[in-house]
Parts: sequence; structure tokens; C-alpha cells
Amino acid sequence: MILKAAVLGLLAFMTLPTVVVIVVSFNPTAILSFPPAGFSLRWYENVLTYPQFQRAAVNSLLVTGGAVALALPVGTLAALALERGRLRGRSVWAAVLLSPLVVPGVAAGLGFLILAAALGLLRSRSVLVAAHVALVLPFVVRSVWVSVRNLDPALERAAASLGATPWRVFRRVTLPLLRPGLFAGLLFAVVVSLNEFVVSLFISNRVTEILPVAMFTYVVNYTDPTIAALSSLFIVVTFLVVWLADRYLSLGRVFLQH
Amino acid sequence: MKLLLVPAVVVLAVFAAALAALFRWSLLEFIPGSLQTGGLTLANFRGVLAPQYLGAVRDTVVLSALTTVLTLVCAYPVAYVLARTPSRRVRSALLVLILAPFFTGAIVRTYAWMLVLGNTVVTWPVPMLFTERGVLVGLVHFSMPTMILILAAALSHVDPVYERAAASLGARPFRVFWRVTLPLSMPGIVSGGLIVFAWTLSAFPTPELLGGGKVKMIANVVKDLGLDSFNWPGAAAFAMLALALTLALLTAVGRLSAGRAT
Repeated sequence: MILKAAVLGLLAFMTLPTVVVIVVSFNPTAILSFPPAGFSLRWYENVLTYPQFQRAAVNSLLVTGGAVALALPVGTLAALALERGRLRGRSVWAAVLLSPLVVPGVAAGLGFLILAAALGLLRSRSVLVAAHVALVLPFVVRSVWVSVRNLDPALERAAASLGATPWRVFRRVTLPLLRPGLFAGLLFAVVVSLNEFVVSLFISNRVTEILPVAMFTYVVNYTDPTIAALSSLFIVVTFLVVWLADRYLSLGRVFLQH
Repeated sequence: MKLLLVPAVVVLAVFAAALAALFRWSLLEFIPGSLQTGGLTLANFRGVLAPQYLGAVRDTVVLSALTTVLTLVCAYPVAYVLARTPSRRVRSALLVLILAPFFTGAIVRTYAWMLVLGNTVVTWPVPMLFTERGVLVGLVHFSMPTMILILAAALSHVDPVYERAAASLGARPFRVFWRVTLPLSMPGIVSGGLIVFAWTLSAFPTPELLGGGKVKMIANVVKDLGLDSFNWPGAAAFAMLALALTLALLTAVGRLSAGRAT
């Protein structure tokens, strides 16, 4: 009984901020009040018409699209090599591939800033893409690796013995069997890249900045509920993605076993 | 097969080059008012110990330690239910609720706490926003999903048979927890604690927004020096400190779990 009450209380603690953001986003006035004095969609309108958010949304799509398009094939090949490659020191390779996860954001961010300045790329989105590829790669490698491990090599041997060329085996047998891992990797990569903030703050300017950085600047300078509206849109999209992922991939399998 | 690793090695080489650039600049002399640098020096690391920054290092360690302890206490019951519930639906619902904040970005979550800790929802008896208390609440919330998942993984390896055995021999529930469940889940507590501690040491958006410039942790100093004062060498020294602390702690986690496996 006490356990149940404690868990419910803690879940309330976990979800309270989300609820408050969504409620406040419908607040009719710029001065925040709770519960709101009425209902209004004007902050949603503000989100969609604020030029800096429009520009940042385009940047987010370009950076996330570019980073994921690169990281997915690169990570898939690496996962295949890790499981099948008869590597010496496989655990060392695995640790190296996952290492961008453990580097503090400010260290990676400042490092990329210094590197970009040295290469004269400070005004370019390519630095953002390069950093995002490294940051999402661990998620792709981990997700795909699980699928490679569950793949029975006998199926590929069977296809090959029936005369399929190596490319055809890869295309018709290996890739379709890796689909759950590829899908999970894609999902993680998109969510992580779309929400990446610390590293991106260091290597973007007003022209190249992605949505989280634009939101940060707005929060520091203004107090109206525009960010609540944009946050609510982020929350709804993320919640749908996580719910779908759990439905089709069973998050428990990905997160509770190792 | 080994050639398949080449593209990943290229990506990681770029990442390593960024960290190498960071390391090099942490050893270069800062010339105020310029992005040019002088010769090699250790002055930037001595700057870490300067009185105005030493406070930030101390606050970082204290806040991280408090965050770790509070997160452990709050995450444990949720992890226990997650690991032990027989119902698939309860487990799914818990996972979605726990993981959703994990996936909503740092800015969305921190902004949400600005609303709650400011006096929008309730009027707090003591100031919360822009104080260390407020930052602590945000940091605990931020660390909860990670801690819950690590503890739940550890608890799912604890066979409930031991708890039933203790209970059938007459131990009361609290005694069962204290003498059986807790000791058996110690590996998860240690690695979860170290990981959360390491992670909090380099926290940035939470202290930046919830601290409102009044609470400085190591990462905020890196940003102030690097992006506001253009003192890249000084910022690089602080970033190297954060990196070294994190790597040392995570190596300890790796050693401990490798020791258990053998």
C-alpha cells in the first residue's frame, strides 16, 4: 500500500512539469497564471509565425536529416563488423564506438567550436551535421547490434547455397531480418538529434541554429507562453513516438535486458 | 568484414580531433581581448583553482552528490515495481511514463520546471527558482529515468525466491527489504549512483536556466568563459576537468561490473 502510494507520487513528480507546460500553452495572456483564465491558441499561432523558429525548424530538419542519413548506414556496417568480424578486442571496439555518449556536452561542444574555427567552418551547418552523426552513432550501433546478434547465419547460408550472390543475400535476407534494429536505431537517432542542445549551442549562430537552441535563446529573453506551446508540440510528438515504439518494439526488451 | 568499421572510424576520428583540439587549447596561453593565443602554459588549469571558480567546482560536487542520493531514494520504489509487476500493461504504462521525459529534450523539461518552480502554479514558502534548491529538483527529475532503468535491470536479476524464503521464515516486510532485497541489488545501486553522479557533474541546461546565472556548475563556467568572454583556453581547461572526472568515474563503473562478471 505504502509502496503503491510512493510510486504514484513519484510518477506525479515525473509528469507534473509536462502537464503544467501543456496547460499553460493555452493561457490567453502573456502573464502566466495557473489554472489559466481562459483558452487561447494564440501562442501556437506565435510559434508558427515567429521567423526565427521557422528558420530553426528548417535547420533542425536539415541537420537531423543529414546526420541520420549518414549515421544509419555507418552504424549498421559497424554493428555487422562487431558481431561478425572476428575482431581482436571486440569489447574495446564496442567501448570506442559508444564513447561519444559519455563525453560531457560542453567538452564536445567547445572542442567542435575550436576545430570548426581552425577549419574556417564556423558559419556552416556541416559542423552541426558532423557532431550530430557522432552523437547519434552509439544509438544506431547498439540497436542494430541486438538485431545482428539475433540473426541466424544459417538463413544467409541457405540463400547463398541456393545461388544468391552476396549482394542479393544482403539485400533480400540480411537487411529484412535487421529491420527491427534498423527501425529502433532510426527512431533513437531522430529523437536524440532533434533534441540535442548543449553541443549545438556551441557550434551554431543565429543563422544555423536548430530548434532547441532557438528555444533556449527565447526562454532566456522572453517569458510569454510561446515556448510552452512549442514544448507541447515536442511533447506530443515524442509521446506518440515512444508509445508507438513500445507497441511495436517492446521497449522493455531494449531497455531491461543487457 | 573489418573494412565495414572504416566509416565509423572516420566519424569517431572527427570526434577525437575535436577533443584533441580542446586538449591543445587548454594548454595555450590566453591573450585577453583576442582569439590569438600565446605559448604553452598550465595557467588555465591554475585558473580552475582561482577563488571565483573554485566555488563553482565545489557547488558542482555538492549538487551532484545530493542529486545522486535523492535520485537513488526516489527511483528505487519505481524500479522495484517496474521489475516485479506481473502485469504487462502496468509495465508498459510505467515505461512510457518514465521514458517520455527521457525523450523530451532538455530545454522542454527545464522550461517546464521554470514554470513549476516559479510561482505560477503554487506559491512556494521559500524561493525555488534561481536557487540551488530549484536546480537540485531539476537535476533529480533529469536523472530519474536513467536511475530507474539501471535499478530495474539490477532488481530483475534478484530472484524473488529469496524474498519469499525470508518472509516465510518470519521476517517482516521491512526486514526482508533491508536484509535481502537491498543487499542483492547493491551492484545496480553502485553503478547507477556512479553514472548519475558522473552525468550530473557536467549538467548544463538545468543549472543554466533554473539557476538563472546565480548557480554556477562547471559546465556553466565553460559556457561563460567560452561563449561570453571568448576565453577559449580557460573554458577548455574547465571542459577537460569535466571530461577527466566523467571518464574516471565511468572507468570505475566498468571495473566494478567487470569484477562482478568474473
